[in-house]
Amino acid sequence: MAEELALEEVLNESPVRRSGRRRRPSLWRTVVFLFAGLYFLLPIYAGMKFTLQDIHGHFSFGAITSLPHVAGFADAFWLSMRLAGATLVIEAILVVPTAIYVHLRLPRLRRLFEFITILPIVFPPIVLILGLTRAAPLWIRASPYMLSAEYVILSLPFVYRSLDAGLSAIDLKTLTEAARSLGGNWVKTVWRVILPNLRPALLSALVLSMALVLGEYTMASLDLWTTIPVWIVQFQQGSNGHIQIAASMMGLIVTWVLLTVIVSIDRTEARRRKATKAAL
Amino acid sequence: MFRAIFPGIAVAPFLIYTFLGLGVPVIAVVINAFHSQTGKFTTANIKLVTTGIYRLGMYNSIKLSLITAIIPGVLGVFLAYAIHTSRSSWLRRLTTTASGVLANFGGVNLTFMFIATLGSTGVLTAWLAAVHLNPWNHGFSLYSFYGVAFVYLYFQIPLMVLVITPALGGLRPAWREAAQNMGASNWRYWRYVGVPVLLPSVLGGMLLLFGSSFAAYATAQSLTTGIIALAPIQIGNLLDGNVISNEVNVGFAIALGMLVVLTVTMVCYGLVRRRASKWLR
Amino acid sequence: MTQMKETTVTSSASTTTPAGAGVDLVGLVRSYGRVRALDGFSLTIKPGEFIALLGPSGCGKTTALRVLAGFERPDGGRVIVDGADLSNVSAQKRDMGMVFQSYSLFPNMNALHNVAFGLRMRRQSSRDRNTKARELLDLVGLSDQAQKYPHQMSGGQQQRVALARALAIEPRVLLLDEPLSALDAKVRAELRDQIRSLQQRLAITTVFVTHDQEEALSMADRVCVMSQGHIEQTATPAELYARPATAFVAQFVGVSSRVPVTVTAGQADVFGQSVAARGADAHSVGVALDALLRPEELAVMVDPAGKGFVTHKSFFGATTRLIVQVEEVPVRVDVRSDLVADMALGTRVDVKVVTPDVLVAPRMAAPTEA
Repeated sequence: MAEELALEEVLNESPVRRSGRRRRPSLWRTVVFLFAGLYFLLPIYAGMKFTLQDIHGHFSFGAITSLPHVAGFADAFWLSMRLAGATLVIEAILVVPTAIYVHLRLPRLRRLFEFITILPIVFPPIVLILGLTRAAPLWIRASPYMLSAEYVILSLPFVYRSLDAGLSAIDLKTLTEAARSLGGNWVKTVWRVILPNLRPALLSALVLSMALVLGEYTMASLDLWTTIPVWIVQFQQGSNGHIQIAASMMGLIVTWVLLTVIVSIDRTEARRRKATKAAL
Repeated sequence: MFRAIFPGIAVAPFLIYTFLGLGVPVIAVVINAFHSQTGKFTTANIKLVTTGIYRLGMYNSIKLSLITAIIPGVLGVFLAYAIHTSRSSWLRRLTTTASGVLANFGGVNLTFMFIATLGSTGVLTAWLAAVHLNPWNHGFSLYSFYGVAFVYLYFQIPLMVLVITPALGGLRPAWREAAQNMGASNWRYWRYVGVPVLLPSVLGGMLLLFGSSFAAYATAQSLTTGIIALAPIQIGNLLDGNVISNEVNVGFAIALGMLVVLTVTMVCYGLVRRRASKWLR
Repeated sequence: MTQMKETTVTSSASTTTPAGAGVDLVGLVRSYGRVRALDGFSLTIKPGEFIALLGPSGCGKTTALRVLAGFERPDGGRVIVDGADLSNVSAQKRDMGMVFQSYSLFPNMNALHNVAFGLRMRRQSSRDRNTKARELLDLVGLSDQAQKYPHQMSGGQQQRVALARALAIEPRVLLLDEPLSALDAKVRAELRDQIRSLQQRLAITTVFVTHDQEEALSMADRVCVMSQGHIEQTATPAELYARPATAFVAQFVGVSSRVPVTVTAGQADVFGQSVAARGADAHSVGVALDALLRPEELAVMVDPAGKGFVTHKSFFGATTRLIVQVEEVPVRVDVRSDLVADMALGTRVDVKVVTPDVLVAPRMAAPTEA
């Protein structure tokens, strides 16, 4: 029995499980990864290099450490964080329950929701903000949180889809019915059963939202709010752009740290799942 | 309790919210495109955007979007396939999450990273200059139309990888083996089965890329500070007050034009997706 | 569902000149990491024979088939077809037709083009291959579905098209990898008969992999029972059932009850009755043994002083299966339904062996029910 399971696991590891020949690293794949690696990693390296250098080209943390003290950065940082927080709150209240509900009760509408939630990818933020300058009443425009409200929509493609994928991966219906039959009410079921199983997807959604909010420039700049990206562009002081790059890379570093957290959580989840399966 | 009334009512808040967030600006755009600043109904705005620099802007935008849909589209398919058929599962998981983040990359951060790489004092520029291949001396400029396109690849390729990976997962190994069994070589499998089955998804992905590129503003703006004539940039200039026009609502007319293009794109996308899902169930 | 063309079959063996090839699998070895999928697997298949590879998941039957097809390279051993060593020949050049478990039809082609695909790969003209494809669709009873796409067809129809596709290239060996497992029971039974009659008519050497013993026993000329990468027994269905060579075969094919017995000088003591013992351990000394008894090898008689009592009754139509508890051991016995219609649970009975000998095998830790 253990051997059958072992065989199953080995066969299920890679999508090309049943190949005739042993998989040698093929030439074309190496070439593809080489060029992809170069294109995607080089700019990051360049960014880090400029961040960790001072004006004379020597290694220095100066650009990073001086950031909090540079005029306006702290305020911009704080604003971006508040916007991110507001966005996450709205998503938690609105998007997560909806995703669960659609999966559970309205499976036939899933296609419609897939379509709705992919629209924001192609919806120009510039058009959004343009429309809002005329359509939004002044008291809404006076608050930066109007941006948060729109950010929720802009991040839908990634957030909703991440949740959707996570919900599809767990057997939502069975889990829910089991929990309910054992006496759990809806709140408890969601909180203790569904959400813990969605941890990787939720974290993914969180990281993607934050990445979007911290990097959004179009709407913030034209609505005249100084978030981090807006501040970066406005900041023009003769330091060869080191400060600006440092601020840019900060966002990237934070995102990457969060990502590693997700991947490692995901890996422990996968290991736990495998162990449960083997024990059965 | 409330659920008894109508199953859909629970998703009403979400739908209302989305409608407000997207629909209200759209309505504002449509209305203002057909009205002058003084509130009179007019088609002058529309007429203005179909001529001169605004027409050029729209043309450039479409051209840029086509280039940055097709090229990254093809490259993305190859990259996705390389990832998908790789043996190491950690690589696949890593690239899935990485694609999600990269596809979402903010314009400003990306701009500065590329300036650090390929700007006149960039890292790569310095390396290439050392071997007398400095691109700036050979007519390259990061701040040009094609420079912008090159930068766009950074979030367009991951977007394609994200979109096409599930489709690649839908390619059943049984098809390839059956084709082999029937005497087909690798090449012939792709030609008769693989590519035809993937084509709707690839087209769908490219349509999505087109839309995403068309809608992008921040990268181009921060890279070229509004010099290049692109439709979103032009709207930004009008909003900024950098450009004064006789008809203040011209921006809305441009926006309307953009919405039309995007609607056509999404309709095509919907049709293509339906075909894809039938085959790749 | 339309029927395939009926053929009258007088015997289970092929009566036409065999068109298929003779297959020799010699000493195949294949490992995946630590797992040995094939452990020195050797089998000779006669031309035109229908052989079934039967066994539980993970026994290596599918691996053996895929090695034969060329989708897997064995770590050791050879594949010989019609005297030619195909071990280094790629799958696409082996001229074998394979039917997969499910969803193997190309989704972007209709039934006709699917069936004609193999002929297209052999560069036949469009007219020739379409004619041949139509013939084969007719053979499997689906000529009216020629223009339909796979997603428009039922599972049973798809598998019939897959079968037509495999046969179109006139393969020397036909390979079937659990083709019926994904289908409904009713469809499965119909398709089973149709595949078998088609195979007999065309007399193609056929290897059929399944974990369902009913399928294997009812369709095959010979059945090869596998477990953990090696062969337990290869024999005709009748022989396999009546005279299982090992405990595994006895318990996997059909139903049997394990009863601890003592064996002296080739005679087993089963519930006080002395019966000849057979099997590899029939004459072993000092080994604890079980007898493996089939339900039809036993009979029950009502006896108030009997050693056993009835704990269970299952009605199967013509026969009823009783479970009788004898000295703490549950034993399955099949009896004619009308004879025990009124038998109540708890009735005291005696159990007797009615065959001349019983299979014995090394004892397992606790008496198991097969």
